[in-house]
Amino acid sequence: MSASITPRAFAFPRPATLIGIAILLLFAACAVIPGAIAPYPPDAFDFTALLKPPSWVHPFGTDNFGRDILSRTIWASRIDLQIAIFCTLFPALFGTFVGSVLGYVGGWPDAVFRRIVDVFITIPFLVIVIAIVAVLGPGLLNMYIAVSAVNWIIYARLMRGEVQAQSQRDYAAAGRVMGYGPARIIFRHLLPNAIAPILVYWMTDMALEILLGSSLGYLGLGAQPPESEWGVLIADGKNFMNTAWWMSIFPGIAIVLAGTGFSLVGDGVAGWLRRRQ
Amino acid sequence: MLSVRGLQVSIGPARPVDGIDLDVGAGEVLGIVGESGSGKSLTLRALLRLLPPTVHTTGDVSWQGIDLLALPEAKMRAIRGGEIAMVFQEPMSALNPVLTIGLQITESITIHSGLRGAAARDRAAALLDQVGIPDARRRLSNYPHEFSGGMRQRAMIAAALAGGPKLLLADEPTTALDVTIQDQILKLLLRLKGELAMSVVIVTHDLGVVAGTCDRVVVLYAGRVMESGPVDAVFGRPAHAYTLGLLRSLPGAARAHSRLGGIPGTPPDPRALPPGCRFAPRCSFAIDACRAADPALVPVGPERLSACIRADIVQAAA
Repeated sequence: MSASITPRAFAFPRPATLIGIAILLLFAACAVIPGAIAPYPPDAFDFTALLKPPSWVHPFGTDNFGRDILSRTIWASRIDLQIAIFCTLFPALFGTFVGSVLGYVGGWPDAVFRRIVDVFITIPFLVIVIAIVAVLGPGLLNMYIAVSAVNWIIYARLMRGEVQAQSQRDYAAAGRVMGYGPARIIFRHLLPNAIAPILVYWMTDMALEILLGSSLGYLGLGAQPPESEWGVLIADGKNFMNTAWWMSIFPGIAIVLAGTGFSLVGDGVAGWLRRRQ
Repeated sequence: MLSVRGLQVSIGPARPVDGIDLDVGAGEVLGIVGESGSGKSLTLRALLRLLPPTVHTTGDVSWQGIDLLALPEAKMRAIRGGEIAMVFQEPMSALNPVLTIGLQITESITIHSGLRGAAARDRAAALLDQVGIPDARRRLSNYPHEFSGGMRQRAMIAAALAGGPKLLLADEPTTALDVTIQDQILKLLLRLKGELAMSVVIVTHDLGVVAGTCDRVVVLYAGRVMESGPVDAVFGRPAHAYTLGLLRSLPGAARAHSRLGGIPGTPPDPRALPPGCRFAPRCSFAIDACRAADPALVPVGPERLSACIRADIVQAAA
């Protein structure tokens, strides 16, 4: 037999990727069963323990209402992971769809899209989102709408370039020679070959959206108190920064940790896709 | 079956295919030869309307009485793959790297014949078997990278045959392959032509491929037909200075240790064509009349056409 038959080897993830997966699993567990992990309810006032520093009873300390910061940070994972998913799901799907169609079809729709991209990349992302949220009113749902309205453009731009590159390849022409229609060529043949950067960016974007969600929460435009969200928790602690540093530091560490987790997994996915090519 | 008259392909001001006539009869193997840039690949793609919309194609392409250039896109799609199929030079890049060979063949079968599921899979295995891939059924689940170059080309031919085409266009089908594999693929094409009662058009720059496989040959230069006719007659006694030049630039065993002929110079830029005969600046037979007027394609023998006003002298020299 002249052909080499390579077994589809399962490459064991690298240590860094494993750490990333472990971090994300930890947060996922916190998000799914916060009640079982958190030592206290997130909104239980304890006026006998106001602004207590970290101790064995309250490992992350307590806030100005005596609420346990560890419990609130754990409960906040639920909202922050929601943000990571709901701020990226629609943009990733819709952007991928639009980008692949534009990349293949080209012509004037593509030219119009490129002008829209030019406009949007000149304005900072956060400013646009804040402007939309300001119009719609603060809150998580409006934040999802605002972010989705803008964020899909990044995915579409990424996908457009990839599909355009792939459509120059012979197998795209071969598909046309077989008499396949545009939809079949785009979604069955080009898209699977062009999807890798989207998957990698999606992971990175989840980390970015948690940061964005926290920023908006901090500014009072995203999650609203008394919902516990990392950005909101940091904002709660900002007035006590000199006396109770633990109120802001621990939610901040949670953001860093979640961001690191998504980045490590994103790198792992990128490496895995590269090896597979 | 296929009759092409005055095919022109324009890209902006340039016209890399400038008035080409072709005829392909039933069961016939037509060779199209020419140097790089002579317009041979463009011609094939123009026939199936595969060129991007910025490229303008005019002329008359008649496939079994249907005007392909005027056909609506939806009907054209049924012709592509269904009646006219095409195989490419690079079998690696022409197969989708992320789909299995089996999926790529069954997909074409499903679209053109309506067979589904196990029936389509059986047909795909039969096709792979027909193109000479051993253990075909198990091979269906392989990815293109698990195939060797020759096997990929076979798999691509199988995919092209899935729709039961009556005409197979082969764009440099053997150029990317080893010499030994080239021969196998050409024999395979000829065998399939007989078994499936197809016509075949082979585009190549390899005169040996044409001599070994084709019934008739069309010689292209700078977007024009220089000479056409039965392969034996054209190669035995060329009636165009360009064909003679091509033949003389072949290294032959009989002429070992003698200097290769070759053709001086390079093909003209399609945006700046020389006056008169396009080959005249590189032609050792050229006279003033060659540079004065564009020579017409005229009969020079049974079924033979040549666009050389010095055809007699060239034939005498050959």
